[in-house]
Amino acid sequence: MNTQSISERIEGYVKGDDVVLFMKGSPVFPQCGFSATVGDILGHLSIKYQSYDILQDPELRDGIKTYSEWPTIPQLYVKGEFVGGCDIIREMFEDGELQKTFENLGIKKVD
Amino acid sequence: MAMTESEITQLIEDGLPGAIVKIEDLRGDGDHYSAHVIYGGFKGLARVKQHQMVYNALKGNMGEALHALALQTSVPK
Repeated sequence: MNTQSISERIEGYVKGDDVVLFMKGSPVFPQCGFSATVGDILGHLSIKYQSYDILQDPELRDGIKTYSEWPTIPQLYVKGEFVGGCDIIREMFEDGELQKTFENLGIKKVD
Repeated sequence: MAMTESEITQLIEDGLPGAIVKIEDLRGDGDHYSAHVIYGGFKGLARVKQHQMVYNALKGNMGEALHALALQTSVPK
């Protein structure tokens, strides 16, 4: 029995973990270069994150685009806030802004 | 169902009047583009918001007819 709407489900996901990545495939087997890039950046910074594979979940695939008002995947959320897709994350990483964001928000690193 | 450089430029210019749009066809296949959009209206807005404005100008083509568009936004100097 699932009476939860997709937006409620997504809200649960983005609030359930500090760093949440909606991607195509998994961090180990990304199915798209853009998803792989964001996963690589998070991995490089040793950030602990939860990922959701939208290819396995058609309702999530459509729902996340509406929820974020963002047409493409991947999408990164930090502390419940949408931070960006691949271009923005890469730009922020190159500027050092992403590292600062994680630091300021006290995001946990992988043990 | 790919889009041409001029179609993309036209949509962005229509949606963001006065914007300067620089498009590059990354692989020469009419499917993977990069765009740099310079627009005065971006001033003071978060990057996510700036990109959303460009996506809105593309009227639902992003992620559909337009498969890959690496996007960079900035404010005129």
